[in-house]
Amino acid sequence: MAQASTSNGFKPVTSWKVWLGVVPFFLFAILFLLLPSFRLLTASFSAPDGSFTFNNIIQLFTEPLIVNSYKLSIQISAVTALGGGIFGFLLAYSVTVGGLPKPLRSVLITFSGVASNFAGVPLAFAFVATLGRQGFITAVLKNTFNLNVYDAGFNLYSFAGLSLVYMYFQFPLMVLIMAPALDGLKKEWREAAENLGANTTQYWLKIAMPVLLPSILGAMILLFGNAFGAYATAYALTGGRIGLVTIQIGAQIRGDVLYNPGLGYAMAVGMVLIMGISLGGYSWLQAKTERWLK
Amino acid sequence: MTHLALSGISKHFGDFTAVRDFNLDVKKGEFVSFLGPSGCGKTTTLRMIAGFEIPSSGMISLEGADITDKAPNQRNVGMVFQSYALFPNMTVAQNIGFGLQVRKEKESAIKDRVKEMLSIIHMEDKANSFPYQLSGGQMQRVALARALAIRPEVLLLDEPLSALDAKIRVSLRAEIRSIQQKLGITAIYVTHDQEEALSLSDRIVVMNVGEMEQVGTPFEIYNFPTTRFVANFVGSLNTAEAEIVDPNKGTLIMDGARLESSGELKGRNKGDKIMIAIRPERLSFLSEGKKENVLDGKVENITFLGSVVRVDVTIGGRKFSMDTFNRPSLELPKIGETCKVTCSDKAVLILKE
Repeated sequence: MAQASTSNGFKPVTSWKVWLGVVPFFLFAILFLLLPSFRLLTASFSAPDGSFTFNNIIQLFTEPLIVNSYKLSIQISAVTALGGGIFGFLLAYSVTVGGLPKPLRSVLITFSGVASNFAGVPLAFAFVATLGRQGFITAVLKNTFNLNVYDAGFNLYSFAGLSLVYMYFQFPLMVLIMAPALDGLKKEWREAAENLGANTTQYWLKIAMPVLLPSILGAMILLFGNAFGAYATAYALTGGRIGLVTIQIGAQIRGDVLYNPGLGYAMAVGMVLIMGISLGGYSWLQAKTERWLK
Repeated sequence: MTHLALSGISKHFGDFTAVRDFNLDVKKGEFVSFLGPSGCGKTTTLRMIAGFEIPSSGMISLEGADITDKAPNQRNVGMVFQSYALFPNMTVAQNIGFGLQVRKEKESAIKDRVKEMLSIIHMEDKANSFPYQLSGGQMQRVALARALAIRPEVLLLDEPLSALDAKIRVSLRAEIRSIQQKLGITAIYVTHDQEEALSLSDRIVVMNVGEMEQVGTPFEIYNFPTTRFVANFVGSLNTAEAEIVDPNKGTLIMDGARLESSGELKGRNKGDKIMIAIRPERLSFLSEGKKENVLDGKVENITFLGSVVRVDVTIGGRKFSMDTFNRPSLELPKIGETCKVTCSDKAVLILKE
């Protein structure tokens, strides 16, 4: 029997060929998402001697060190997501609808693209070199203005200092996410609102902010996840003095003093769950915005 | 009595003049269309009435009050945008009620007005739908209801139908006109579609490169265009150069053929060259007994256009199009045959340059 062909002469692609194009995606998902997650899950039920145990999971909720590490990670992630989110939003606003000169926009977007990926040991070193006890800015403030920021209570190696360092890659990420969302605010909405009698505040409260809110919240959730998963920056800066979840996991697996890989894996499962919830929330909010704006 | 007056309005953007010395008086309840090609200044003029652009010179007054420098939210002018501009986070009912809500009207009054507007646009069942759940035609009806809900002094419509498909465009334009007449509201409608302007308007302002070319009723604009631009822009037209033989009797010579015109030739002299225009539907094959305005031609092409048949005829080396209604008994000469074509003296229009 002759095979059907389309009007332009091409034969329809057989079903297995259709799936060929998505093989790389499935390979990636299986090798880098599913298998590691499965390995984490199974290993989290293993005792150091290899036997099956629920102890690792129970410790996640009962061991004060672990519970505190989750609290600390959540705190630093929330603070930097909020701070970076607000500052990043204001920056994105200023270069999109705020009326700043156009060249500034491309400068800021390029900077944000680089800075949002500038983390780990180089970032920690950059801050130590500028705001550390012997840092350049610390020295300039001390010698020129007679202001010792460390005497005034600032400490780069504390929760506040680490938050400041995290902000360096948090706010550029917010700029990158929010600039297109702000561009999506149509000029006609503002004009229609004004035409109907609304003032600027009413427009922002009733139209612009509700339209942007899912994007803002979604971006902040992404920022939260971004900070929650950070390890190298915190480790390089504080040397493990601030017990974030990622640092605790490292300690359990590396095993200088603590050594319980099963517990480390269980903590990683907890992280995966929190990250999964964050990303789920982000996707849900993004879908809501896209539906409105389609 | 004049409801909306635009007096000597001009608008410059740097060195570019978008609108030049625009003067127009609009009566209450009148439907006026600004018709012209892209970039002719029609939308800029509309935006000046809405307050989104401030005129470089001139004055806009509404009900006798100067509103030239008033902010858009102080004018009580409703506007319907080409892209609908519905607020995506609000339902249909919330969109319609928005203007009343920001004006701090009572909840019950807002509810009643929204209900009334929904009934006018026949969308009572869509009150709780979001814009993304509506078709283009439905969105534009909501935009119209939203603009009307605030009881504006003037309704401005900026090419509201251009994003819709042909069938919906025709039905919605009839609906817009019907609602406008029912409410007796003054409306200014911007379009580049001559059919829309001709079918909707009480008066049409034809614009070109920032200036008014002609203002008149659809009948006047179509049948008596005063400039070559208007004649060419509105409908199809045959144009030709002619020489005045007798300015008092309106006698002309066009490519050796004698023509009579009832058009205005005051101030012109014998021997002056002028531009004349004849609509294709005003030309016909010679009927017996007629002696004036008879032109010898040769049939070049015949095109069937459904209800109309277009015949291209060469007259004195110049191609003329001639439209005739299609009917089963229609008899046409064959391509290449000679023929005699005629028109009335009223059909020969004299154009200003």
